Amino acid sequence: MAEAHPVGFQWVMEAKERGAKIIHVDPRFTRTSALANSYVPIRAGTDIAFLGGIVHHILENELDFREYVLAYTNAATIVSDDFRDTEELDGLFSGYDPETASYDQRSWQYRGQESNGKNDTVTERESAAGLRHESHGAPISGNTMRDETLQHPNCVYQILRRHYARYTPEMVERVCGVPREKFEEVAKAWTENSGRDRTTMLVYSVGWTQHTVGVQYIRTGAIIQLLLGNMGRPGGGVLALRGHASIQGSTDIPTLFNLLPGYLPMPQHEQHQTFDDWVTAIAHPGQKGFWGNARAYAVNLLKAYWGAAATPENNFCYDHLPRMTGDHGTYQTVFNMIDGKVRGYFLLGQNPAVGSAHGRAQRLGLANLDWLVVRDLFLIESATFWKNSREVETGEIVPERCRTEVFFLPAASHVEKEGTFTQTQRLLQWREKAVDAPGDARSELWFFYHLGRIVRDRLAGSTRPRDRALLELVWDYPTHGPLAEPSAEAVLREINGYEIATRRPLASFTEMRDDGTTLGGCWIYTGVFADGVNQAARRKPGREQSWVAPEWGWAWPANRRMLYNRASADPEGRPWSERKRYVWWDEQAGQWVGEDVPDFERTKPPSYRAPEDATGVAALDGTDPFIMQGDGKGWLYAPVGVLDGPLPTHYEPAESPVRNPLYGQQANPTRKLYRRTDNPTNPSPPQQHSDVFPYVFTVSRLTEHHTAGAMSRMVHHLAELQPEMFVEVSPELAVERGLTHLGWAHMVTSRGLIEARVLVTDRMAPIRLEGRVIHQLWLPYHFGTEGLVRGEPANDLFGATLDPNVLIQESKVATCDVRAGRRPTGPALLDLIADYRRRAGLDGHHPPVVTAAERPGDGADDGTDRKE
Amino acid sequence: MVEIRPAVAVNPAERAGYVDPPPRMGFFTDTSLCIGCKACEVACKEWNLVPVSGLDLLGMSYDNTGALTANSWRHVAFVEQSRPVGWQASAPLAGTPTGAPVGVATAETGAGTVVDTGTDPGVPSAPDPAPAGRMVDGTQFLGMPGTELPGRGDRGGRADLRWLMMSDVCKHCTNAACLDVCPTGSLFRTEFGTVVVQEDICNGCGYCIPACPYGVIDQRRGDGRAWKCTLCYDRTKSGRTPACAQACPTESIQYGELDELRERARARVERLHADGMPEARLYGHDPTDGVGGDGAFFLLLDEPEVYGLPPDPVVTTRDLPRMWRWAGAAALTMAAAAVAAFVGRPS
Repeated sequence: MAEAHPVGFQWVMEAKERGAKIIHVDPRFTRTSALANSYVPIRAGTDIAFLGGIVHHILENELDFREYVLAYTNAATIVSDDFRDTEELDGLFSGYDPETASYDQRSWQYRGQESNGKNDTVTERESAAGLRHESHGAPISGNTMRDETLQHPNCVYQILRRHYARYTPEMVERVCGVPREKFEEVAKAWTENSGRDRTTMLVYSVGWTQHTVGVQYIRTGAIIQLLLGNMGRPGGGVLALRGHASIQGSTDIPTLFNLLPGYLPMPQHEQHQTFDDWVTAIAHPGQKGFWGNARAYAVNLLKAYWGAAATPENNFCYDHLPRMTGDHGTYQTVFNMIDGKVRGYFLLGQNPAVGSAHGRAQRLGLANLDWLVVRDLFLIESATFWKNSREVETGEIVPERCRTEVFFLPAASHVEKEGTFTQTQRLLQWREKAVDAPGDARSELWFFYHLGRIVRDRLAGSTRPRDRALLELVWDYPTHGPLAEPSAEAVLREINGYEIATRRPLASFTEMRDDGTTLGGCWIYTGVFADGVNQAARRKPGREQSWVAPEWGWAWPANRRMLYNRASADPEGRPWSERKRYVWWDEQAGQWVGEDVPDFERTKPPSYRAPEDATGVAALDGTDPFIMQGDGKGWLYAPVGVLDGPLPTHYEPAESPVRNPLYGQQANPTRKLYRRTDNPTNPSPPQQHSDVFPYVFTVSRLTEHHTAGAMSRMVHHLAELQPEMFVEVSPELAVERGLTHLGWAHMVTSRGLIEARVLVTDRMAPIRLEGRVIHQLWLPYHFGTEGLVRGEPANDLFGATLDPNVLIQESKVATCDVRAGRRPTGPALLDLIADYRRRAGLDGHHPPVVTAAERPGDGADDGTDRKE
Repeated sequence: MVEIRPAVAVNPAERAGYVDPPPRMGFFTDTSLCIGCKACEVACKEWNLVPVSGLDLLGMSYDNTGALTANSWRHVAFVEQSRPVGWQASAPLAGTPTGAPVGVATAETGAGTVVDTGTDPGVPSAPDPAPAGRMVDGTQFLGMPGTELPGRGDRGGRADLRWLMMSDVCKHCTNAACLDVCPTGSLFRTEFGTVVVQEDICNGCGYCIPACPYGVIDQRRGDGRAWKCTLCYDRTKSGRTPACAQACPTESIQYGELDELRERARARVERLHADGMPEARLYGHDPTDGVGGDGAFFLLLDEPEVYGLPPDPVVTTRDLPRMWRWAGAAALTMAAAAVAAFVGRPS
């Protein structure tokens, strides 16, 4: 955190000054570790085993916050008798279909609800359906069977116990290389600092998501936080530190292929043929919770897009929306580019030639377009790949013949334009423009508004049906100044929504109507312009208001600073403790009150019990704090919504030097693969030749640079602080491979090869796994071929293998070889990679997916993939 | 020349002739809070328009600045050593299959890295790397036996690890030799007690450079003038916090009235001692030290040498009055002898 988020780390330091204990778990000793009370080195890619060990510690010693767990989680809920755990199936859950490498989720359901699990999990993987659960849980219906004694063998609590029974401290040591004493230090600190009077916070950065089991990493953290009663309470939670300003904003109002604003799913061509199909699929009639009103949110979005043209008669122009037909994610698109299926591409503030996994594929894809528009502050590698890249050196791209026409358009920086940032707490903060952008640099808002205007002018008078969506779009933002800059406030006002007849801004999404009389661009942001005031621009200092500071900026939803805060009170509505009071039931006033906006119906008493036939919000009991979950409970066990299992399970990374010590199944069986000869995977045990790539490497950031480096390598004040690409190795690995401090080394995988200067440091240490020593290397990923300081991009070493839930690539762990000295140049470089591939047996072969036995105990270790 | 009265806590601004000056301002840099982000270096360069100081990988941990120079007025030092630091509840690498810490050769390679900062003397271009090799396992006093307890020196299977970070800066000495020797009056004492070079007066004579006991002030090549931290005189004059302190996210760099900072530092050291860090100590806070105390002082977690600071700095002009007295006496003696020679000549 000190490396990637130094400004945020000030609060960690402040907490440390007040007595908080800082624990840092990382393969490499970083600037965070330097300040931590405990540093725990870990083998990259084994976090579920580590956290599963904590779950085991909690359950075996009954250290869970029992009253909280019973009332607020699904611990007591009884799961279908058909469910089989990974303990029984050697690393697979019941319902696995090796043909599609996906699960039939019917057996995972709560008892009596087996028909719920009919989801088309293959389509869900293709469309990264897990992303839409960022604002709400996956749908489940009706009431559940519970055993409040937690003794039923198929209640979630007992299933959890059995699932993690083997995640003992000894197993943690065998899998993660974390010494037992270290592990117990963490387990003790975490559990002792949780309960009625104390809460613990789990903070991660988005590198945690860049694994084939990334979603399950975070699920494991969430299970611990639920068991310890750390959710919905002050000082608790699971916090994602985002990698850039407004990453949260760019999923709320998404730049993703599978989502529309406010986490409404992008329609899928088969499943959502009509407006009603689509809305019903979101609302799930009969389900508990706030998604019951999805129709209104959808209508308001379509009205914001198409205004008067959107009428109840034409389903509010639903048919103007594009449809998903499969995986349209980044990596599929890049491979489509290589295959000549994509004509044009826009890159805005993104530098995939350096910043995305499999750099070679990224650059070859960019080189095979008709046109490419790059908008950035500087001339980045993604705009110069055609004349200055590794592929030019090897002859794979010939500048004179590269067919892509690149249009580079200078962009305004964040201080040169106005608008909002949404940070990880869902807090929107308005920024004023400080200075005019230099020269031709323009804001994104200016670019898209005028691009849209010009395209619409060109299409004026067209009668082709496909142009109607553009021509009927409401595109009337007021502009100002000599550059005709559109008003960002007008856009925010539209996002907030208003009553069409009066243009009165809506104060809350509960005011949204489904008859077309209101509109709003993003239902969860409704209220940011309540009373016609830009609430995101509020700047009342913290010292002039309560410690929750509700009058600084505006948080979605409804300016709520902490979600699910009903859980900060006990089932009767009283604070769990005086020290941790936050929101509570005021009997006299007959409403929920407290420091924050209660995340609960304000006047629903704790004693409320929903009638049997209730649906939507009315179906939530007065003791159901997790109001966006179908059953109102925090999910220890996820019957739907997660494609790779209802419980997190340790799988090895897609590339690993060791056999999975826990199960026959080596890696995540549902991971998203692109089986192409230009996207090979290094072999892992039990496959042969895994010794060709014997080392584990991981990449991350340095404080001194920003992501793919465009904003730091080009600025001398920053560039000089970390002026060259380097690789960090332990003294032990340096001896083993003959590497010298400040000398050169090159790293090889089956995709690529890069060279870097060597830093031999005590901060890197080998790991011991059952007598075997595993070496790990660390690389920063900031460097490329442009700028004041240059180096080879670490992401060239990775391939594209993705998490099945959200289609995020595994770019934080893989295997490689490391050799002393400089790399070969030109075509000889390709020869060396080809030689490695040949030795690794990768010519013409695809990696296996399933390595577990079909039946328990029938000898899975032969490593063959039944499908291949 | 200013008369030096080292044993008395003085306000150097008053001594320099300011009538009723504002309180003396300074920095307290608390290295126990430093996270090594280098925001101070960047903020300083941005505000003061300091040019680039070289794009070289130095291999001295994460320090690629190297030293305080005319082109780097803040410098964050990074010290990696196989030793514990007080706040650690357990040895970071305990239980891992480690061998000995990085070798002498590695440390020497880093220390011997040549870097052209565009300044003189800048980062010395050919320093003796041997001391860095000796520092690998902690402080070693030249000519002394190892300071390790018996049996602790052998660190095969290194478990301890500390990464100390410290943002260094001009000390703004109470008795500032650079100012003493400046022949043009370019270097002057401000009303806040800080020491500032006036860029429009400096003639590049370079006398100040060997005068500084800390090796802070430095000459910019091609420009010839001497440059160093001004404690952001333009900002302090308008009541603003200097750029580095403003940018520091963890309040490792604190700016304020020196008296108050000293009080705060004293309490901080007491607190750290109580928290089990007896190694915490102040550096440059003492008005009775060889430079009369620093306007920018530090809280360190080990001996100053570990951070590359001189253990006992002395204002290089301290002995000048005595030397002049001796010189005067010698001149008088010679004159007397000469006179005597004439007087005593046989007539």
